[in-house]
Amino acid sequence: MLKYTLIPLLPLISFVINILFGRNAIKDKAHWIAVPAVLGSFVLSLSAFTDVLSGNTININFYNWIISGDFNVPIGLLIDPLTAVMLIVVTSISSLIFIYSIGYMHGDKGYYRFFAYLSLFVFSMLTLVMANNFLVLYFGWEAVGLCSYFLIGFWFEKKSAVNAGKKAFIVNRFGDFGFGLGVILIFLTFGSLEYAKVFPQAGSVVGQTINILGYDINTITLICLLLFCGAVGKSAQMPLHVWLPDAMEGPTPVSALIHAATMVTAGVFMVARCNPLFTLSSTAMTTVALVGGTTAIFAASIGLVQNDIKRIIAYSTVSQLGYMFLALGMGAYTAGIFHLYTHAYFKALLFLGSGSVIHTLHDEMNIQKMGGLKKYMPITYWTFLIASLSISGIPGLSGFFSKDEILWRVYAGGGMGKFLWALATIAAFMTAFYSFRLIYLAFHGKFRGTHEQEHHLHESPSIMTVPLMLLAVGAVAAGWVGIPHILAPHSDRIGEFLAPVLGHPKGEGTHAEEWFVMGLSTVIGLAGILTAYAMYGKKTDLPQKIGSAFQPIYKLLYNKYYVDELYDKTIVRPVLNASQKVFLGFLDGKIIEGTVNGIPALIGAFGERLRKIQTGMISHYGLVMAAGALIIIWIVIF
Amino acid sequence: MTNNFDYPILTVTVFFPLLGALLLLFVRNAASIRWISLLVTIGTFIIASPMLCAFDKTTHLMQFVEKKPWIPSLGINYFLGIDGISILFIFLTALLGVLSVLVSWKSIDTKVKEFHIAILAMEAGMLGVFASLDFFLFYIFWEAMLIPMFILIGVWGGANRVYAAVKFFLYTLLGSVLMLVGIIVLYLYGGSTLDILTLSNIKYPFYLQYWIFLAFLAAFAVKVPMFPVHTWLPDAHTEAPTAGSVILAGVLIKMGAYGFLRFSIPMFPDAAKFFAAPLIILSIVGIIYGAMVCFAQKDIKRLIAYSSVSHMGFVTLGIFSLNSQGLEGGILQMINHGIITGALFLMIGIIYERTHTRMIADYGGFASLVPWYAGVFIIFTFASVGLPGTNGFIGEFLIIFGAFKAKWLWGFLAATGIILGAGYMLRLYQKVFFEKANPEATSRFHLTDLSLREALTLLPLIILVFWIGLYPQALLDYMHVSVEHLIKKTGSAAGAENLMAQYIREIFRWF
Repeated sequence: MLKYTLIPLLPLISFVINILFGRNAIKDKAHWIAVPAVLGSFVLSLSAFTDVLSGNTININFYNWIISGDFNVPIGLLIDPLTAVMLIVVTSISSLIFIYSIGYMHGDKGYYRFFAYLSLFVFSMLTLVMANNFLVLYFGWEAVGLCSYFLIGFWFEKKSAVNAGKKAFIVNRFGDFGFGLGVILIFLTFGSLEYAKVFPQAGSVVGQTINILGYDINTITLICLLLFCGAVGKSAQMPLHVWLPDAMEGPTPVSALIHAATMVTAGVFMVARCNPLFTLSSTAMTTVALVGGTTAIFAASIGLVQNDIKRIIAYSTVSQLGYMFLALGMGAYTAGIFHLYTHAYFKALLFLGSGSVIHTLHDEMNIQKMGGLKKYMPITYWTFLIASLSISGIPGLSGFFSKDEILWRVYAGGGMGKFLWALATIAAFMTAFYSFRLIYLAFHGKFRGTHEQEHHLHESPSIMTVPLMLLAVGAVAAGWVGIPHILAPHSDRIGEFLAPVLGHPKGEGTHAEEWFVMGLSTVIGLAGILTAYAMYGKKTDLPQKIGSAFQPIYKLLYNKYYVDELYDKTIVRPVLNASQKVFLGFLDGKIIEGTVNGIPALIGAFGERLRKIQTGMISHYGLVMAAGALIIIWIVIF
Repeated sequence: MTNNFDYPILTVTVFFPLLGALLLLFVRNAASIRWISLLVTIGTFIIASPMLCAFDKTTHLMQFVEKKPWIPSLGINYFLGIDGISILFIFLTALLGVLSVLVSWKSIDTKVKEFHIAILAMEAGMLGVFASLDFFLFYIFWEAMLIPMFILIGVWGGANRVYAAVKFFLYTLLGSVLMLVGIIVLYLYGGSTLDILTLSNIKYPFYLQYWIFLAFLAAFAVKVPMFPVHTWLPDAHTEAPTAGSVILAGVLIKMGAYGFLRFSIPMFPDAAKFFAAPLIILSIVGIIYGAMVCFAQKDIKRLIAYSSVSHMGFVTLGIFSLNSQGLEGGILQMINHGIITGALFLMIGIIYERTHTRMIADYGGFASLVPWYAGVFIIFTFASVGLPGTNGFIGEFLIIFGAFKAKWLWGFLAATGIILGAGYMLRLYQKVFFEKANPEATSRFHLTDLSLREALTLLPLIILVFWIGLYPQALLDYMHVSVEHLIKKTGSAAGAENLMAQYIREIFRWF
């Protein structure tokens, strides 16, 4: 079993070698170390997967990380069905993206650095999913955030890129603030941080409360909400979603791997991992479902009007992550993880496809300045189309099965299910619309860029297109492991595989309802595509007309609901101003330093006055002596 | 209470640097002075190292003890010994001593002899403070340390060095004098002895605990430094030469927190419990205040100095949480802060030699100009931010855990310091290393990447960052038993309300 420790360690070794020797020795051969390492992890992950498939669960503690008083936590790993699925997702997509990057990053002066950070990321992500306790999870959680910081700001001479990296790290720290406190509260409640010891006890603390500012709050609810704070940050849910669109400043393979397929799904993974806790708190579950549902429609609506190819896909990611949380919040953990898994393939494909486009256009990202790329880059076009059909929920493709599963479970979940289902269905329409708006603007019609650009249009090299084609296979077929029973009985293989960890979803409905939900989502998807075709497929002035007819709404969406501006005005500026004026200027400068320097000044001034007594004139001294003598006599006599 | 060695290992360790300083008096050549100092500091580390292995981790009692009558008529002994709390500081001091000599190799070119004598005398003084078990001896070392530091800042410091040196001296002296009064009262009350262990075993009435605790607090709070008596620190740090800043951040300011652990808590457990809440609140204010002030700094050294106020707030927060996680986290964080902030000051010194400016605005784009330097700097940046895997995380996590356990609100407020910490450190890193270089300023610099000497200076600290981050037991194991013993002492103390009632009763009995 110890060979499985190599799964995270191989990429770590690749990182260490590349960061130490990349600059002077390895240089543009960095991929000779990084790619075999990640392929090695992939092969070992397959082996781990088959091991788990045959019914084994691996849970090893290596050594005690921290012991202090009654607190102790080991470093250890766990491979169960949930981890196994994540291992396959992470290592397979990493492998393809590493290979793609050989072409995409070719000639970049930070080539070795890129592969070093990417390897470090894979190590961190694998640690995150393989953790067997909350503190190792937290280690991976922070480490992926660090890699994200490095990779978003990879081109560090660009101010916007560095700002985006910093923003990602700090926004995430807001979430991690809650997450960290949640971890502490878990230990104080359960006396351990190991999953295997915490989860079985979960039932025994139901009803326990903590008094906070006079209110009795259910302990489990509090733990779940604190943990969820971390998930909201990492998975870019409202209101901490602001960092993800900016993160697109990083190189496109990074956006594909970290900000679409793997790292941002860590929050979904974590909530699913903690399902024994979340299930016990209906408040927490409702919160998760509501945050997910509103984020899904909120982000999708922004995506409708954006022009930056990567930002459209980024908002799409935020929206799809919302779907996953919606599923988790309705108790359909398997559906959430299923969508995580299919989404990883089609979303990575969309990003890599956009990378291929950006590569050929020399860093042009505005889809209004593209057009007609279909004939220049057919492989990119067809694979991009497959991914878009998949995300739009066209029957038979991966996205259809997982999205349908979510919509159905939400519909059948009871409570607010029907309302949230309606939100998700509207969001599904938007998804299909913005995906095909992008397709029509970028790949169809006439090329709208410069002649210089047009002259250089070409399909990307095969080192980039082969990964695209392999991901396209995933975008089509990955969902076939979870076919609903009304289409084919006993074909929900992923559901059965994950059931020991995630349980079975609650809520049932009739077959007729299930057909209805499925049919409607298909129709909605097609409707979105047709609307996009009507507006952008032919050359019309419809978009301008609609834009000017709904000017305020258009502006609101285009400016992303002004959330960034709001945070800048209410958090960033006040902190910086308070630092400058209140803390440094007034408190430190005036009050404290004023006192500190004031006391010696006062003593000095007093001494200065006192010195004047020492006039050196005998007559003055005589006068004072005489007065003193008189006073003494007066005191003695009376 | 024994010494497992057949020679007085602590005496040799403490006085070896002083012998070296004496030897330097007879040496003229600057190069020889540097080499001798380096060998002496390395020698001190080697002399001390057998203690690390021979240390018995299963007892809270003092080890490697030496006790000789010194001034019998006053009950004063020459008394040395260390336990699980002080042993780590002995090694931190010895390590930073070596690094201070190394980092000054090129940057100090005036009065080389005097500089190294001051450094070695300083080291002896600091080792003496951590090893003394007699108040008389302790106070001598405590005050003796001030003089070389005063000289280091005042002679080899920056433009505003005299103001900073005098401020540093007066601030700390004022606190120390109050402590001296406290020591004299203890001496009279405890039956004419200055033996720290004997005095620790006396149960003092609460009114006495109350006042002596405050007297000691004056000395220790200034040293830590706790809010609001911290303003000497930014000036002292900014003006001090690199080696001075490293020693100041690495060891000197640890003395205050060490004083809490060695004297305030074990001797006055009731008072410690009584003052825990106000001191914790001051600590939290310090954490947030120090961090907030960092955002507005224009001088890189001042920024790191203010970040020390924030980090030391974590230390005192942990200590006064008075539970094992808080105390152990606090002690560990003292070591961590010595390593991380020591390293950051070393790095600032290294770049200052090339740029002769400390203004953040003059920097920029250094990641491509000096990539190895940038790579090492980011390790310490993230250690300072408390990223898991680095030593900073273990300390901060244990402290927040301990604080949360004591009172959830304390843990909650302290954790905000972590967000702020990431904010100001990443801002700093961005402005120094990223974006485009400032062409006007860069043209004046003679930028070269880390030299071998500089890399070797930083290497031990890099190793410690990860070693402690991944295997903190290596250090925590030394302190477990001593910390448990300390907690046992405070465990018997009464609650705050009872204490106040008891105090009032005692006052009346007094009259």
